[in-house]
Amino acid sequence: MSDLLLYDGTREGFFTTIFEIYERRIEHAAIQKLNNYSKGLFDEPRVIITDEMKSNRVVEGFKQKTPKGIIEMLTKVLHSELQDAEDIALNIVRSAFSSPKELRIDYRDESILRMKQINKMMHREIHRMHAFVRFQKTIDEIYAATISPDFDVIPFIGDHFEKRYADQQWLIYDTKRDYGLYYDLNEMQTITLTNAGWVSSHQINEAVLAKGEKMFKEAWARYFHATCIQERKNMRLHLQHVPHRYWKYLPEKAMNF
Amino acid sequence: MKMNVEKKLEILADAAKYDVSCASSGSNRKNVGKGLGNATGMGICHSYSEDGRCISLLKILLTNYCIYDCAYCVSRKSNDVQRAAFTVDEVVDLTINFYRRNYIEGLFLSSGIFKNADYTNERLIRIAKKLRTEHRFNGYIHLKIIPGASSEVMEEAGLYADRLSVNLEIPSERSLKKIAPEKDHVSVYKPMNWLTSRIDENREDRKKYRKVGSFAPGGQSTQMIIGASPERDLEILQLSSDLYTEQKLRRVYYSGYIPISQDTRLPALKTAPLKRENRLYQADWLFRFYGFEMSEIVSEKHPELDLEVDPKLAYALRNPDLFPVDINKAPYDLILRIPGVGVKTAQMIVKSRRYGKVRLEDVKKMGAAVNRAKYFMQVQGKALPMIASDPHRVRSAIIYQKGNGQMNLF
Ligand code: SF4
Repeated sequence: MSDLLLYDGTREGFFTTIFEIYERRIEHAAIQKLNNYSKGLFDEPRVIITDEMKSNRVVEGFKQKTPKGIIEMLTKVLHSELQDAEDIALNIVRSAFSSPKELRIDYRDESILRMKQINKMMHREIHRMHAFVRFQKTIDEIYAATISPDFDVIPFIGDHFEKRYADQQWLIYDTKRDYGLYYDLNEMQTITLTNAGWVSSHQINEAVLAKGEKMFKEAWARYFHATCIQERKNMRLHLQHVPHRYWKYLPEKAMNF
Repeated sequence: MKMNVEKKLEILADAAKYDVSCASSGSNRKNVGKGLGNATGMGICHSYSEDGRCISLLKILLTNYCIYDCAYCVSRKSNDVQRAAFTVDEVVDLTINFYRRNYIEGLFLSSGIFKNADYTNERLIRIAKKLRTEHRFNGYIHLKIIPGASSEVMEEAGLYADRLSVNLEIPSERSLKKIAPEKDHVSVYKPMNWLTSRIDENREDRKKYRKVGSFAPGGQSTQMIIGASPERDLEILQLSSDLYTEQKLRRVYYSGYIPISQDTRLPALKTAPLKRENRLYQADWLFRFYGFEMSEIVSEKHPELDLEVDPKLAYALRNPDLFPVDINKAPYDLILRIPGVGVKTAQMIVKSRRYGKVRLEDVKKMGAAVNRAKYFMQVQGKALPMIASDPHRVRSAIIYQKGNGQMNLF
C-alpha cells in the first residue's frame, strides 16, 4: 500500500510534499491535488501543509542535481493537471536524488520522455494563448479577455503580455479555473474576481464594454474574411490550426457574416 | 459619397492577400520605457484564414490604384475592380487598435504604384514613421519596397521597418518582360542588393558601437509567383539558393499562381499549383534547416520536384546507397536525412544514445514517422531494411500506406 499525500496544487505544495516523503522515508507515495481528490473506501490520505522553506530546500537541491531548465519543465508538468503529472514529477525527483551524478536526460526513460511530451503540449497551449487572447476595451479603459485553456497556463503567459502591453491596463481571466492576471500600468497581479458577471459563464458582458468596441471586432472579422483566398480554401487545415473550442473567444469566428 | 474605413479595409485587404509573406519573426525591437508593443519573439500567428494561411500582420495595400499593368496582378490598371485608398491616419489607427486588442503582431504595408516608385514608397514610410515616433509602437512593421526605389528612400524605410521586401514576382527576366512590360529585374535587384549591404553594414556597426540604431533588423524577404511562367523547379530553387547565400535574404516566398485573369500573356491554368508550391516550401526548408544543398534536391537530371513524395523522401529514394543509417552511430546530419525523422527527434536520438542503445520503440515514442523511417534506418535487433536493394518497392509501399492524401512534413 502506498501512502496517499494531498497537496494544494502549487509548486511549493508539491515540493513540500517531496520534503515530507524524504523526511519520513516514505517508500511508496502517491501524490494528488487536494481539489481533485475524492475519497476512496480504504484511503487514509494525509494533507500536506505548504511550507515555503521546506519547498525551497528541495527545489535548490533539485536544481543542483539537474541540468538547466529541468525545474521549469517539471513545473509545467505539475500545471498540466494531467492524471499522471504528480507520478511523473515524483519519479523524476527520485531519480535526480538517487544518483550522485547529474540527472540524465535520456528520452528512452518513460518519465523523462513523458515530461518532454507534456511540455510540448503545455508550450502549444501557452503559444495559443499568446495568439488567441482577444482583448475588448471596457468602460474603465481596461483591455479585458476571458480564456479557458486546456491546461493551467496562466502562470506562464503573463510575462509576454506585460512586455507587450506596458502602456495599457489589461486583464486576462481564466473562467474555467476562476483566476487571472491583472496589469494596472505598474505591476501585474494574480487575482480572483468576486462579482465577475460573465455572460454564459465565459464571455464579458456587453454592457461593460467601451463605446465603439463592437466596431473593431467587426472590422477585424471583415478583414479576416477579405484576406482569405477563396480558390485556396482548405477547412481541414484551418480547423487544425484554429480548433473549434477556441472559436467562442475569436471575433473573427464567432461573428457571422 | 466618401467610402468608410471598413469598406476600404475590405477592398485593400482583398487586394493585398496575394502577397503570401506573413512572418513576423526575426526582429529584436524591445519595448523600452513603457511604449506599446514588443517584437522580440518568434512571431505569432494570431489566426488562420479559411485557406489555412497564418494571419500575423494586418496585411493591406495603401491603395490599389496602379499605373502599371502586370498581367498576374488583380490591381493592374486594365482590370475592372473597385479602387480605394487609405489615408495615413486611417492605417495608423487600424494598426494601433488591432494591436491593442491582440489581433495582430503588426503591419504589412504594400501599395499599388501611383505616380512613381519613390512617391509611393514615401507614403508608406510616412505611416511607419508615425507609428514609431508618435505612437511609440514597437510591434512588427514590414514595408514593401516598390522596385526602382532610390537609396535615400530605402534608408528612411529601414529606420522604421523591421523587415523590407522587394518582390521578384517572376523568376526570370525573359518571362517578366512578357508578363509585366513596365518591369525588369534590374529595378528589383538594385534595391535588393543595396539593402543587403546596408543591412550587413548596420549589423557590423551595431557590434562595434552600441548607440547605432537598427536598420531593418528583421532583414529582407522576397516572393516569386509560381506557375505563371515556364521556369522549372530547378531554376526557381537555384535562384532561391542564390538569394539566401548572396543576397542573404531571410525568406523566399513562393506563391502558387491563382488564375485571376484571362490575360493571354498567361498560361491557362485551371487551378492554382498548390501541391507544387508546397513541395517548393519543403525543398526550401531542407536547404535552410536540414543541411541540404539545392543541387541535392534538384538537378538537370531531376529538374522538377516529385509531386508524389516529399523532397526528402525523394532524395533518399534516389540515393539508396546512403541508407540505411545507423541511428546509434551515425552523425546527427545523417540522422536528419532519414525520411520521417525531424529535427526534434534527431536531437532526442543523439542525446539519448549516450546512455545506451536507442531502439525502434524509442524512436517511435520520440515522435518519428516510423512507417516511413523504418525503411531507411538501422536499429538494434532489427533486420536491415531493404532500401538499398529495392527503392522502387519502398516508394510504392510508402505511397500506398499514405493513400489518404495527407500532407506530412518529412
Ligand atoms: S505594379 Fe504592383 S500593384 Fe501595380 S499592377 Fe504591377 S504588381 Fe500590381
